[in-house]
Amino acid sequence: MKKVTKSASLRRVERERKLGLTLFLGPFLVTFFIFTVLPVFVSVLLSLTDFNLLEFPNFVGLENYSRLFLNDTLFPKAVQNTLILAMITGPGGYILCFAFAWLINEIPPKPRAFLTLLFFAPSLSGGLGVVWSLLFSNDKYGYINAWLLEFGIIKEPILWTVNTDYMWPVCIIILLWSSIGTSFLTFIAGLQTVDKSLYEAGAVDGIKNRWQELYFITLPQMRGQLLFGAVLSITGAFSVGAAIFPSPTQDYTLYTLSMHLADYGGARYEMGYASAIAMVMFIMTYVANQVIRFIIGKLGK
Amino acid sequence: MKMNKVKSPKQETVGIFRKRPKYDEEGRLIYYKKKKLIKSRVNRSVGGDAVMLFFLLLCGAFMAFPMVYAISNSFKPLHELWLFPPNLIVKNPTLSNYKDMFTILSNTTIPFTRYLFNTLFITITCTFLRIVSASMAAYPLSKWKFKGKKAVNKLITTSLMISAPAATYASYIIYSTLGLVDSWLVYLIPALGSSFSLYLIRGFVDQFPDSVLEAARIDGAGDFRIFWSILMPNMKPAWMTLIVFSVRDYWNTGANIYIYREELKTLNYALGQITAEGMARAGVSNAVEVLMMIVPILTFLITQSNIIETMATSGMKD
Repeated sequence: MKKVTKSASLRRVERERKLGLTLFLGPFLVTFFIFTVLPVFVSVLLSLTDFNLLEFPNFVGLENYSRLFLNDTLFPKAVQNTLILAMITGPGGYILCFAFAWLINEIPPKPRAFLTLLFFAPSLSGGLGVVWSLLFSNDKYGYINAWLLEFGIIKEPILWTVNTDYMWPVCIIILLWSSIGTSFLTFIAGLQTVDKSLYEAGAVDGIKNRWQELYFITLPQMRGQLLFGAVLSITGAFSVGAAIFPSPTQDYTLYTLSMHLADYGGARYEMGYASAIAMVMFIMTYVANQVIRFIIGKLGK
Repeated sequence: MKMNKVKSPKQETVGIFRKRPKYDEEGRLIYYKKKKLIKSRVNRSVGGDAVMLFFLLLCGAFMAFPMVYAISNSFKPLHELWLFPPNLIVKNPTLSNYKDMFTILSNTTIPFTRYLFNTLFITITCTFLRIVSASMAAYPLSKWKFKGKKAVNKLITTSLMISAPAATYASYIIYSTLGLVDSWLVYLIPALGSSFSLYLIRGFVDQFPDSVLEAARIDGAGDFRIFWSILMPNMKPAWMTLIVFSVRDYWNTGANIYIYREELKTLNYALGQITAEGMARAGVSNAVEVLMMIVPILTFLITQSNIIETMATSGMKD
């Protein structure tokens, strides 16, 4: 049957396809290449030059990289901070997103809809960070300081954004709070499409509680959403910036690669060097993604 | 598994609701009744459910806290903002912060309405361009067979892993070489090539049954007709989702390294200038927050049921 229809319309289809492919795919593909793929290649080239925005770039080979890895005293610190922050806020945010989505899915529909809004609302507004800087303000009018003073827990205001003892926890709380967003909504949706009959079948097959159900049925059914969320979380985690802290941070605590990048690119105009930093960031993100994809691929197998 | 699932013709899930059609004696559809989806769950204990609900409300309160707080603060008179200890909920609500905000905004060199127009224009146009371009590209990338399709799909997946700051400087060179700097083209043209948008929509097209497309082709429909009359209406939830993410992103567009002319700058940039005054403008800055929240939250509420349905189908497939 297929052959009959083919001979009748195939030639027309083929002709239409060539034109169609150009028209359908063209606008996206051209702009995607120019504004997403090309910048990466340009970054690679720039990282081999001494470009400074003003003069024509000179080719310097791997000099930027050798300087970055061997002579830059801040670079190891930035890599270390980025890795630690990424390892906490990446998986932390990811697990929180999933845990909340899963828990919300467990409760009845009416509170579920309300809670979805509560949890998703922060990511809908761009600038709620202002509230955090009011809460963690360094003087006694900062709300947290005011409360702690009122209850007599502390005697003088804590310098939240300058005192290196407190910067990490404050930063992590804010980053985790802000990481719940797109992935969370993806998981909410993913959980709702899991075939409900599988749960009943699972109960017959001896699954005893919600934890077993989660591991043996829900997680393997959600592989697609889990991967999607992972890409978003990892990319976000590796490009993490300074949250509410003034950059550069006190004693370079919390100093991350993206701050290092902004410093060389935005303040010193050493574009070649900044591009080398950008390459390191991209490679770190890519490797982390491949690892996570491998792990998620193994789930429930 | 999802592919094999046969949808019962009697029930259709829309977001968290289940549509239940009613038929008359001759089997004709009379009306749809929306019914709440109540799952008869196995393996659940009542105690566990209660603990979970309590825990979630606690966490939900934490998540929503800055938002509630910003709303409350935006109605506080100045003396109440610096109360010691601070109040969470406003005692004597006032609109003075909002009045101040509009006073400041009405005294800017560029009229406030110009910033508002800029943001509205960018948000609406870019969202539209993203949807059109991503939907059109998603169709062949998902359903057609052609040389290099696999490589392009792989490239799109990888491109999602590039964090924006990593390519900022290279992007700047490209924008300035193309002469896009200091015009809205820096928003409009890249909106056509958004890989995130494509990824989202492609996941949805992947789920669309091939048999329907083939049937249409046998009936003599061309690719444009199939795309416009069959695929697009069926992907409504997909582009509804994209609207929410896109409106959120573009509405919050602030200062931009590519835009220098004051009259081209956005509302968020103008409002950022107000909040930059710090403590002195704390009340006003909370009013600003609330003002900026309204549009994305409304978009979310309007499209909520559609989102939840769509996000489920945007799984990663290689």
